Amino acid sequence: MENYVIEMLNIRKEFPGIVANDNITLQVKKGEIHALLGENGAGKSTLMNVLFGLYQPEKGEIRVDGKQVEINDPNVANRLGIGMVHQHFMLIDTFTVAQNIVLGSEPKKGLKIDMKKAVREVQELSDRYGLQVDATAKISDISVGMQQRVEILKTLYRGANVVILDEPTAVLTPQEIKELIVILRTLVKEGKSIILITHKLKEIMEVCDRCTVIRKGQGIGTVEVSETNPNDLASLMVGREIHFSTDKKAAEPKETILSIEGLTVQDSRHVDMVKSLDLDIRAGEIVGIAGVDGNGQTELIEAITGLRKKSAGKVTLKNQDITNMPVRAITESGVGHIPQDRHKLGLVLDFSVGENIVLQTYYKKTYAKGGILSFKRIFDKAKALIKEYDVRTPSHLTKARALSGGNQQKAIIGREIDRNPDLLIAAQPTRGLDVGAIEFIHKRLIEQRDQGKAVLLVSFELDEILNVSDRIAVMFDGKIIATVDPKETNEQELGLLMAGSKLEKEGAHN
Amino acid sequence: MFSSTKFNFIIPIISVVLGLAAGAIIMLIFGYNPILGYQALWNGVFDSGFFMSETVNRITPYILTGLAIAFAFRTGLFNIGAEGQVLVGWIASVWVGTAIDAPTVIHLPLALLAAAAAGAFWAFIPGILKAKLGVHEVIVSIMMNYVALHLTNYLIRDVMTDNSESTEQVKQTASLTNDFLIGLTGSRLHLGFIVALFMVLVMWVILERTKLGYELKAVGYNQHASNYAGMKVGRNIVISMVISGLFAGLAGAMQGLGSFGTAFTNTAFSNLGFDGIAVALLGGNNPFGVILSASLFGFLKVGALNMSTAGVPNEIIEIVIALIILFVASGFIIRWALLQLKKGERK
Ligand SMILES: Nc1ncnc2c1ncn2[C@@H]1O[C@H](COP(=O)(O)OP(=O)(O)OP(=O)(O)O)[C@@H](O)[C@H]1O
Ligand SMILES: [Mg+2]
Repeated sequence: MENYVIEMLNIRKEFPGIVANDNITLQVKKGEIHALLGENGAGKSTLMNVLFGLYQPEKGEIRVDGKQVEINDPNVANRLGIGMVHQHFMLIDTFTVAQNIVLGSEPKKGLKIDMKKAVREVQELSDRYGLQVDATAKISDISVGMQQRVEILKTLYRGANVVILDEPTAVLTPQEIKELIVILRTLVKEGKSIILITHKLKEIMEVCDRCTVIRKGQGIGTVEVSETNPNDLASLMVGREIHFSTDKKAAEPKETILSIEGLTVQDSRHVDMVKSLDLDIRAGEIVGIAGVDGNGQTELIEAITGLRKKSAGKVTLKNQDITNMPVRAITESGVGHIPQDRHKLGLVLDFSVGENIVLQTYYKKTYAKGGILSFKRIFDKAKALIKEYDVRTPSHLTKARALSGGNQQKAIIGREIDRNPDLLIAAQPTRGLDVGAIEFIHKRLIEQRDQGKAVLLVSFELDEILNVSDRIAVMFDGKIIATVDPKETNEQELGLLMAGSKLEKEGAHN
Repeated sequence: MFSSTKFNFIIPIISVVLGLAAGAIIMLIFGYNPILGYQALWNGVFDSGFFMSETVNRITPYILTGLAIAFAFRTGLFNIGAEGQVLVGWIASVWVGTAIDAPTVIHLPLALLAAAAAGAFWAFIPGILKAKLGVHEVIVSIMMNYVALHLTNYLIRDVMTDNSESTEQVKQTASLTNDFLIGLTGSRLHLGFIVALFMVLVMWVILERTKLGYELKAVGYNQHASNYAGMKVGRNIVISMVISGLFAGLAGAMQGLGSFGTAFTNTAFSNLGFDGIAVALLGGNNPFGVILSASLFGFLKVGALNMSTAGVPNEIIEIVIALIILFVASGFIIRWALLQLKKGERK
């Protein structure tokens, strides 16, 4: 008999109107990194929430170390040695790393919490697994990557033997992903088992031993990673062939749509994040902004769209000065915006999908007459976009909160592209999307370009930047330090540029 | 699995049942007969047309303050200032009702409008301070409650009358009372309940059918996304407070133009506004739910007056009400218990 730490047999989990898991079986061997792969909404997070005791399955059996168990809340999961790092972190901002980690299982000295001991234990644990976490730092002061390591430490501190990671790399920069992979290897060496959810096939190929694929709530099977390749994985998961690099014809840029001159923008701490930046985008081209997170990309987009004040400079859209216009006027003058943070900006999570579809247009004559909304028209539009953009949801009346991450993103993208803006700003548009959806989104961006629209793409994924853009602007320290042709560059060169080194090739700077 | 809408119904109902049961136990412990006690409560309302009418008059302002609080909650605000808004609405309606001569079709609407405007203005102040300066509405509203209490006392004593504790009666042209209803019941049953029911519809339409309601709810749920969608967040906060205050102001008019027909000085708050919080909570912040919960509260408060005939102190009802609120507020405990039951069944 095989030596499985975790066995989930024939699991079924229903939500109102949908079967999220239908007869799924997942068996994890001791000491392996096991990938869980599936389209957006396939039911991966649901399955893991069942394992972690957040949801109760309608049917099925769970075994830990061969023994059948009933996991009816996360405390039970912890006791059984199962830990989970959720896609959205659950840390308390104002607490220190150590405080967050020991929360709920604090070491005591009499009645008092023994904070010294807590810090010592956390630091020891961190050093042992090479997590490089400062136990006394405040959560609000550390990077996203570090916060994730704190989450991992939290599970280890509670004695996790099996660590579930739900799309850990979606929020990380390429450098942070490399560090995470090293950590995962260390964990396995120490005898832990890992379940890793990711949409990035490259990562599965690189670190995972086996991979279980689910499609539309159903288990498709488990494969040895060494005996497969990205293409097979993708077609297993989607049920059809997937093209990784998107075909497109050469761009035919026309008149300038967006023109930015000398733009300076401060963040909320009054530090200059965008520094006297110039950038032009023309009709019929996709300009990709490459850069390491935190070099002013967010502030740049917020300034263009009117969400953030500009301290100097001028922004022109189709020869119209939009520098000091309010958000709605800018939106109406022809700007579409797929925001980076979909939960914060892109959606009202407690609104239905239908209501979210008209978030930018609810006040227009089509939907509102004399102040009264026509829900028939709103929902007709919603149904149409749900279909066109393949948003997997029980209905347009479902709350946006109940959608899987990727499907929330598809709803936003549909909403923004459907308004047919002259300038489409897409910030991390494919973060958390499955390969099929990524292919689809890339096609739509290129389609917009071919219809003579200007597209500004901001992404930390170099693949995406290289594949989709017609021109790449490298952003470093608040400035565009180089503009390169994607056909004449590669990841290495971009990486160097993003780190701030100057371009050597003569003439490439246009 | 229970859906969340089902829970919205089940939790208040269970809470009421539990509250009444707890009341019965308390009566038992202190040596009273709960059956007789609750019988007296029931009879206190339904035995005579007079008390039934009194109950309706009690329910009417509860509906309106319940709406005020519920509307604010639904748009992400806590209008604890309904109390003060009731007071200023009350006095404004009486002022217009006593100071002006006009036919009913003008006088009564004008007096109602004055009450609504006064309540709205009183809520506007915490609204604008929150929108412009980020001061929390709860702090400012609480202060505004005290200002309202003392201001209305001053107006009654020193401006509207010559050092008297009560104003004169509002003119018949501004009164909500109606000879036919008075003849029928011998009570002061007035037409305010029509106003209240109409406002229930108003709230529902605003929240569920209008562009304005869409914006107000969006701002209440997520200010960042609302800002991204080009909504004016500050303006919407102010509008929310103003509409909420308008409902509360009208509750004051129900007293000023209906139940009492006058305004009098108060040494303490009327509690209509504070009770509105409980009404809204029990009604699930739904305008139709508010009708039901306001009715329950009105019934309990009026019926309680009769409990002493069974030898039971009527304070027991205050305890029952407090317990009901406690149970509603801890709804998640009930939800949890229900789920455990459900699970037990499955095995
Ligand atoms: N709490 C919930 N209530 C109702 N439906 C839900 C809930 N959680 C998930 N669902 C539905 O169950 C299905 C599976 O969702 P799940 O979050 O497990 O997908 P996923 O595979 O993690 O997708 P993604 O890659 O986009 O994160 C989706 O159709 C989703 O809409
Ligand atoms: Mg998920």
